[in-house]
Formats: sequence, C-alpha cells, structure tokens
Amino acid sequence: MDIVVCVKQVPDTTEVKIDPETNTLIRQGVPSIVNPFDKNAVEAALQLREKYGGKVTILSMGPLQSKEALKECLAMGADEAILLSDRAFGGSDTLATSHALAAGLRKMGKVDIILCGKQAIDGDTAQVGPEIAEHLGIAQVTYVSKITAVDEQVIRVEREHEEGYEVIEAQMPVLLTVVKSINEPRYPTVKGTMKANRKEIPIWTVDDVEVDRDALGLKGSPTQVRRIFTPERRVQGEIMQADTAREAAALLVKRLVDVKII
Amino acid sequence: MAVKVNPEECIGCTACVSACPFGAIVMEDGKALITDACTACGACIDVCPVGAIHREVEEKNVSMNKDEFKGVWVYIEQVGGQARNVGYELLNEGRKLADAMGQELAGILIGDNVDQLTKEVFARGADTIYLVEGKEFSHYSTDAYTITLTDLIHTYKPAVILMGATNDGRDLGPRVAGRVGTGLTADCTNLGIDPATGLVAWTRPAFGGNIMATILCPDHRPQMGTIRPNVFKRSAPDYSRTGEIIRVDSKVKMTDIRTKLLEIIREGVASANLEEAEIIVSGGRGLSKPESFALIEELAEVLGGAVGASRAVVDAGWKPALYQVGQTGKTVGPKVYFACGISGAIQHVAGMSSSDIVIAINKDPEAPIFKIANYGIVGDVMEVIPALIDEIKKVKTAG
Repeated sequence: MDIVVCVKQVPDTTEVKIDPETNTLIRQGVPSIVNPFDKNAVEAALQLREKYGGKVTILSMGPLQSKEALKECLAMGADEAILLSDRAFGGSDTLATSHALAAGLRKMGKVDIILCGKQAIDGDTAQVGPEIAEHLGIAQVTYVSKITAVDEQVIRVEREHEEGYEVIEAQMPVLLTVVKSINEPRYPTVKGTMKANRKEIPIWTVDDVEVDRDALGLKGSPTQVRRIFTPERRVQGEIMQADTAREAAALLVKRLVDVKII
Repeated sequence: MAVKVNPEECIGCTACVSACPFGAIVMEDGKALITDACTACGACIDVCPVGAIHREVEEKNVSMNKDEFKGVWVYIEQVGGQARNVGYELLNEGRKLADAMGQELAGILIGDNVDQLTKEVFARGADTIYLVEGKEFSHYSTDAYTITLTDLIHTYKPAVILMGATNDGRDLGPRVAGRVGTGLTADCTNLGIDPATGLVAWTRPAFGGNIMATILCPDHRPQMGTIRPNVFKRSAPDYSRTGEIIRVDSKVKMTDIRTKLLEIIREGVASANLEEAEIIVSGGRGLSKPESFALIEELAEVLGGAVGASRAVVDAGWKPALYQVGQTGKTVGPKVYFACGISGAIQHVAGMSSSDIVIAINKDPEAPIFKIANYGIVGDVMEVIPALIDEIKKVKTAG
C-alpha cells in the first residue's frame, strides 16, 4: 500500500505571545514544530504500514528549513520524504498550496491513501486536504477518528461529527484528514533519528512538477490578507468579594438571579 | 500583489521585522528583506515610519466576468430534515450584506424532503430559495453535495456564499471552492463590506486566536467563506415573508457518490447539545483530577446546561474530544458560560468569546479568564462549585 502524508512545519502557536505595547506577535524564541495533527496523520500511516505493508512517504511544501520537520517524520519511521520548495510557491493561500501539493502527488504516481492532519495550528483553515482531493479527483473523508478496515477497493473509517461519529466506507484511492483522538503519535527512536539524519530529502522545485504556474504563489491565490490586528478583549467584570467560598457562591447566585439567569 | 521594500528608502529600523505576523522579514546588510514566507498581508506597510514598503500590483490572468455574479447565498445545512441554527444565523448576517450590496439574499436547500423548511428560511430573511431534493441527499456526502452546489453556482452565479463552519460545512466548502476555482475564507467570526472595494471583508482568528486577519477575495467569484456557529444571532422569524422557490433537478447519479454512510453513532446528550446549549459549564486543569469532573457535570445538571472541557482536560484524556471548547475544538455562544478552573488561554477564549455572559472560577486572580469574565470568583473550584450547587438548589426550591 502506498501512503503519502502531507505535513506542514508551523510555529508552535501555543508559545506565541502578543507584545502588549506594540500589539504584535512575539515570534522570537517560538519553536518551529511539525503541525501536531499532521503527526497523528504520520502515526496513522505507520500503523497502516505495520498492518498491511507498503511504503510511507512524507510530502511538504515550504521553505528549506521545513526539512527539519520532514526529518522528524522520517525519525518516527517514514520511508521517504520530499520537500516542495521554490520561490514560486511563496505566499500561497490554501488553493495555491493545494495545487502545488497535488502536483507533487501526481509526480509520485500510484498513491492509495493520502493522509493529512485535520488542520494546521497556524492557519486553522482545514481546507488544503479537501482541495488536494478535489484536484486529484478522488474521494475524501474529513475528521477521521478511526481507520477500521482497508482493502484494495474500500476503506472503512469513523468520522467525528457534531453529534457523535459516522461510520463511512470510501472508495480507494482516498484522502483522509485525521483528528487528534485517532492515535497517540510515537516518539522518534535514537536509531530512527540517526537513520533520518543520513537520509537524503529530495527538493522538488516548480520545474520538477507539472503545474500551471499561474495557479501558484500570490498570483494563484484568490484570497488576500487585507489587515492583521490583535483581537479586542472585553472590559473587566465584577469579582465577588467575600471571605469564604460559600459567601462568594451566594453572592454570585444573587447576581445571576438579578439578571434572570436562574 | 507582492509586497516589496525599497532599499533606497529603508532606514533599517526593524519595525517591520517585529510587526510581521509570519516572521517573513529579515535584516540583510542593515536593510529589511522580505522572504518567501510573505503572504502579502501588508502589516509591515502600516508600521514603516518612512513609507519604504509598498504593494506591487501584479497582473492576474483571471478571465472571470465578475459583474455576472450577483446575490448573497446562504447554505442552509440540515441533518435529517432539521436545519442547523447556523443557517438561520447566517441568513440574518447575510441580509445585512445583501442590503449593503443592494442585492438579493437566497437560501440554498439541498436534502431529501426538505421543502417543509422553506417557510422558516423565508421567515429568517431569504428573498429566494434554491431547492434541490432527492433520495441521494438523505445524508450528507461530499460528492453529491459538491456536484449540486457547484451546479447551482455555475447556473445562477452568486457573488457571495456563506456556509456554517461545521464539520460538514468545512468538508463541503473547500471541495466546492477547489472545483469552482475561487477563494474560501475559513472559520470566520466577523463579516462586513470593505469600504474601499465593496468586497466582503472576512475576518477570522489565526495563530491559535492570537491575531485576527481580514481577508478579501478580489478577482474570483463567488466570494466564499465558512462562518463559525454561534457568532451571529438569529433574527426573530417573520412568517408573513414569502418569496420565490426555484426548484432545480439533481444532476447526481448514485455512482458519483464514492462514500457510503453505514452507521451513525450518537454520543451522550450533553455533547450533542454543546453548540446549541444556552448554558455551558466547562472544566479545566484546575480540577486537578479526572474524578473531580463529576462536579462540573453536577453543576451543569442543576443549571440545565451542557458540559464542556478545556484542551488540557481533553489532552489528559479526562473527556473525549467532542467536549472540547476552543480554537481547535468547538465554538460555542451560549447565554451563560461557566469557566471552572480554566486559565483562559487565548486558544480557549477563541472558542467561547461570543458567549453573552462569562463566569470565571479560578484560584489565580491573575488568570486571563478574569479579563473577559462578567462575574468572577477567586477561589478553589473544589470548594466553590459545591457551594454554588447548594446555593442554586436553594434558590430553585424557594422559587
């Protein structure tokens, strides 16, 4: 089984802070990591390989430093990793990004399953996966929390939904986006890390793939960021002033009765 | 529209370097240099004290005749013939956009036996309804719904499409945008009209809710976006409103549908109600141990509310992911939100900041949650919640 996992290197947004004076993001010292949901996708791919055999390839698009993220995925146990990197890809929105990744996937030839994290934690769009599936003309299932069975024709998965779970059977080849609860990503072993360090990571530029250049980068991005700002926060409310928890609770309940909540 | 620095004018002050949300500007030989990570957001243009940074207008090869595209559409998501609230919330907001643009507002209804919803869709503000019905739509499937919505777009050419940022909405939106070849802005929390261009200004949180970005789709149509449930209110229904129903035949063949829904497993009632709940009681790390979560459940029960959880609690495995409120979990907008032992990290706030009233209980008086709380108690949740449950019970039995 040929499995490709699309990953993104992202700043660890849980470590990002706002400078209160300038109202801008403080990026200094913020580590670059493999998007956490993508690690779940890598783990899902490795588990599929363990069960059904085959090969796991990691594909990413980004600047050259994204190689670090790919190395981490190799250290987890992936077989190969490829980086799409070129100035022509810079400034891409989700649609342009999906065109570049789809072009990379087409170059790889036969792929049975494409796995993506449900979204990246820097952009939180959750759009690149479905857009790749669309360009490749294959089935998709998003928010997958369990892969229960796979054969050559179909894959059976559970999909997270607002009210619970759906059990879905999809025709292969398929693109799945996975949620965190699907698994617990393994840590790279020392042996895996050493192996990953020796591994060559091919860089594909825009000339290495077949793609319409007008569909890439800023030029191929229908959406444009017009303005970036820090969100407003509400004004301070009332803290219950009391000596004991019981008094504070009584005071709060009185307020809630006053405003007709209770 | 690439952003460029004029090195002649750059004074090397580095103001743009720290202003760039994407870390895309570096200093080279004492001058600012914009790297590939640039998304052309223009944050640097605003902060440059000498006006050395500017936007370069680039030719786009877009053959689309934008003037052909008219009207604001709201996709009415339904499950088993029941419309989700988000569709009605978006009709209310879409009405404002349509009026500002001087265009009409349409509801898009795709489903099996959904014509009983048309009355409500008109009452909530639609002028027109595009209705596509058939057995193939009895459950959501990416393929059937994508084919149908794409067909409607190609035939009737709307200028704007609003969809709920639900799991199905975020499955369908990108698939349709990819097929049509247009821009889609994900997970918006605010909408407006950009005064300079007349385009829809889509505003959304990014970087885990740390920043907001306003996004435009200038050259492609329709302008599409998914909008979080619960950030807009529904209007009061006006049942005297009527309009034109345009029935469109389904073009879907059963063989087009490559996925099959075998079974629906429903979780507990509390989780099902989270997005529609009027009162939510959420617990966080301040509870110290998983067993203490029973207190949260008890408080929710006496208030008749639903139970939520912070990411820390879900990550620790105390609660399934379905309960998670926040940027990567659910977005909620109840009348009352109780944050118990939740510090109020920006990722959590991003998922509940549209709540009408926020009540925070935390032993750390400096916890950021108090900054957005209407009422707060500084104290140990393990002491405060049992007291609160008692007091509420007293009031309820007395009343």
